[in-house]
Order: sequence, then C-alpha cells, then structure tokens
Amino acid sequence: MNWAGLYTVLSGVNRHSTAIGRIWLSVIFIFRIMVLVVAAESVWGDEKSAFTCNTQQPGCNSVCYDHFFPISHIRLWALQLILVTTPALLVAMHVAYQQHQEKKLLVLTGHADPKHMEEVKKHKMRIAGSLWWTYVCSVVFRLLFEAVFMYIFYMLYPGYQMMRLVKCEAYPCPNTVDCFISRPTEKTIFTVFMLVTSSICIILNMAELVYLVVRACARRGQHHSNPSSGKSSFYGHKHSSEYKQNEINQLLTEQDGSLKDMLRRNSGLQEKGDRCSAC
Amino acid sequence: MDWGALHTILGGVNKHSTSIGKIWLTVLFIFRIMILVVAAEKVWGDEQDDFVCNTLQPGCKNVCYDHFFPISHIRLWALQLIFVSTPALLVAMHVAYRRHEKKRQFRKGDQKCEFRDMEEIRKQRFRIEGSLWWTYTSSIFFRLIFEAVFMYAFYFMYDGFRMPRLMKCNAWPCPNTVDCFVSRPTEKTVFTIFMIAVSSICILLNVAELCYLLTKFFLKRSKKAGNSKQQPNHENKEETKQNEMNELISDSCQNTVIGFSS
Repeated sequence: MNWAGLYTVLSGVNRHSTAIGRIWLSVIFIFRIMVLVVAAESVWGDEKSAFTCNTQQPGCNSVCYDHFFPISHIRLWALQLILVTTPALLVAMHVAYQQHQEKKLLVLTGHADPKHMEEVKKHKMRIAGSLWWTYVCSVVFRLLFEAVFMYIFYMLYPGYQMMRLVKCEAYPCPNTVDCFISRPTEKTIFTVFMLVTSSICIILNMAELVYLVVRACARRGQHHSNPSSGKSSFYGHKHSSEYKQNEINQLLTEQDGSLKDMLRRNSGLQEKGDRCSAC
Repeated sequence: MDWGALHTILGGVNKHSTSIGKIWLTVLFIFRIMILVVAAEKVWGDEQDDFVCNTLQPGCKNVCYDHFFPISHIRLWALQLIFVSTPALLVAMHVAYRRHEKKRQFRKGDQKCEFRDMEEIRKQRFRIEGSLWWTYTSSIFFRLIFEAVFMYAFYFMYDGFRMPRLMKCNAWPCPNTVDCFVSRPTEKTVFTIFMIAVSSICILLNVAELCYLLTKFFLKRSKKAGNSKQQPNHENKEETKQNEMNELISDSCQNTVIGFSS
C-alpha cells in the first residue's frame, strides 16, 4: 500500500464528488502528494546524515538533531495527507451502502438483470438526503485536519523558515555548540510551497462547504414552492400498476433520480404520458 | 503518485489535442520526464555528499552548498514539469463537463443529441471549437508562461547554464575564503544544456500550436463571413435560420447536426 494505492481508492470517490471536490482531489494528488514523492523526499533524504555539529563529542549530533526535529517535515506532511484524504472514504462507504440498497430494490421490483445491476454500479449518485450529510461531514473533517496540522507545524517549527545554524546545549554536548542544517534554503522553499498548497486546499474545502449549503437551501426553497411533485396527480384515477409504479418511484426518489429514470424508461411508463392517459 | 500516474492522467487529454499537442506531450514524457528519472537524478544523486570544501571547519561545507545551490536543478526541473503539464487538466475538465452535459441530455431523451448509447458519448472525441477552443488556448498560454518563468528562474539562480568545477566560498563559519569542488560538473553541464534545449523545443511547439489554433479560427471565421455574403438577398430565409440553429447546436453538441423539419 503506497500513494498509488491511495490514489486508486480515492479515484472511485471522485465520481460522486462535486466539481470543487474534484479540483481539490487533483490539487492534493498533483501539487502535494506528487511534489512530496518526486521532490521533497529527496531534499530531506540526508537531513540527519548531513546535520553537522561543531564538536567531536559522541552523541551530541544525535541529541541535537532530535531536539530540533522531533518529527521530520516529510513525515508530518505524509500524515497530514493521509488524514486529510481519508474522510472521503466515509462518502465512498455511504455510496456503497446506497448502491447495495438500490440493488436490493431492483431485485424486489423484478429488474434484477445484469444490465440494470451494472448501471447501478456505474451511475453517479446525487448528493442529496443522507449522502449530503455524510459529504458535508467529510468536508468538515478535512478542514479540521488541515487546520490542526498547520497549527502543529507552526508550533513545532515557528516561522516556517529553516535556519542554516542552530545552537544546541543539550547533554552530552559539552557547551553551546553550533549545528548546521543541510540544504536550509531548499527546505524553506518546499515548506512554503506545501503551506501555500495546503491553504489553497483549505479555501477549496470552504468553498465546497458553502456551495453544498447554498444548494441544499435552494433545493429546499424549490421543494416548498412545488409541494405536489411526487404525489399522484392522476385526477383520482389510480390504475393498480401505475399506482405501484408511483410508490416505487417515491421510494426511489430517496435513492437517486437516475435510477428512477432508468426504471421508468424500461418499464415504458412516462410520467407526462400517464397524466394524459388518465384523463 | 509518481510520474507514471501523471502519464496516465495526461494520456486521456491526448485524445482531444491537436497533432502538435500530441507531439508536445510525447516530447515532454520521453525527452524530459524520462531523461530526468533514468539519468539526471543519478547524476545529481551525490551532489551534497560529494561537494567537498578545502576546510575541516564543521558546517562550512553545508553553508557553502546552501549558498551556491538554493534549490537543486533536479527539484527545479521536477517542479517545472509538474507545472507545465497541469494546464492540460483544464482541457480534461472541460471535456468531462461537456460529456456530463451530453449524458444528461441523453438520459432526458433529448432528440437534439442522438447517440446510440452511453459508450458512444464516452468514446467521442470533441472538436476544438467554441468554448473548448478558449480553454485549450488558455492552457497553451499558461504552459508557455510556466516554461518561460522556470527558464528565467534557472538562469537567474545559476547565472548561465554552466556548472563550474570550483567555487570560492567565505560564508560564516568558514574561517576565510575556501575552495569548494562540485561533483561531476561536466556531466551536469551536459544534462543542463540538454534539458534547456528540450525546454526550448517545447516552447517552440507551444508557440506553433497557438499559431495553428489562431490561424484555424480566423480561417473559419472568414469562411463563415464569405458564406453569408453569398446570400445577400436572404431569399432562403429558412436555410439561413437553419444555419444559425446549426451553429447554436454545434456549440453544445459537437459533431452532430440534425436538420429540423421545416
């Protein structure tokens, strides 16, 4: 399991995300994970071996390195990226659960042929109902993790700039010794780069949150102004098969609109046509 | 997530590029990314370990290395390649958006877009027209800007593209001016010149592609203007109307023109 494995897992979630969510995922994978793997890891590769202190005292080098770098930037970023990308798995799990429900419904309504089953797997879920809450929670958790790690970073390495020289007097160093860090400028450049991309991801997450909330409110407003949608409008004339279809449609509305379309197309009943046929 | 994954992502964009765009992508992956991975990374692999200064003063080597190489060539090229290849994702996103719209129309049973099934929508290649033309042109423009910016940054940081054998350093804590020796300077110079040359070829390809797109755009426009002049009396008003409707449809539904019954 490596970054490529994570990419495979999260690519599936991509399909059920909003447009902003997809942009966020691209930024994460291309500008953070990829830069981490192809560039940053080699910059920090010799961080301990090239950390030199002006002393011959055995152990002083190790102790000073440990004092100034309790956790390496690379490991902190790797943890941050893993924790930030995993809330998307909540959405993946919920989608899998909904697909399972849809398949069960298809079996109940007698549409359990392989073609319909495939379509259930392939079609995109609308972010509505309980899936909306799961999605919003995942975005909130992402934001939380990003903010927490930015704060931890600031606490551990205040100022974000990597110094060339650090002065160390931890035991067993005999007195205050000068210790020199390897590639400080390059490290500062990459630290600033990763911070900027992290901020961009935070902004994208906030934008996505706002977008989801606004869309939900707009949908609610639309729903209030059209209260009769979804209920039978056959002028009191209920054919038994059409009534059954209507009930199934109502159940399906909570699942996904496209599945409803698929079944409607295949059962040959069109809602608009039905209204006319009931006259 | 590595260069292979980037290749997978960008391979999809290739289908909707012009011929020059496809050549550019090939040059990028074979002559730049592949050379970086299989050759250049090994040349720069021991850049700090074998950077030797004529002093025993602890820390002097570190400081001098940092002074002369604020950011390594390899990292700069890696960043350049990432930035230069990502504008193509704008095109990929636009194409995905168009496909999504077509799928929606197909699902609604809209007669304007006739496709046999979803597979055809998925496999369809979009022509670079309308709003997609603007997205594509913007992506080329951004590529050019990023290439130019990184070439300038390179030249600014390393003052010409040659790697000297010897550098004189007197940053603290070096006790005085010390001689520092760079590892494999000639090999590094060769690869630097190679990468700069390929970068220039990529810039030329991008400029050529931009010119090609602009020329095609203006030719198409003048053809349209010529066609409309040929019917000055508007005798066939319905055909003109049909033409206009066709143009509107072609913006949303590429490659498909269906005549409406008069």
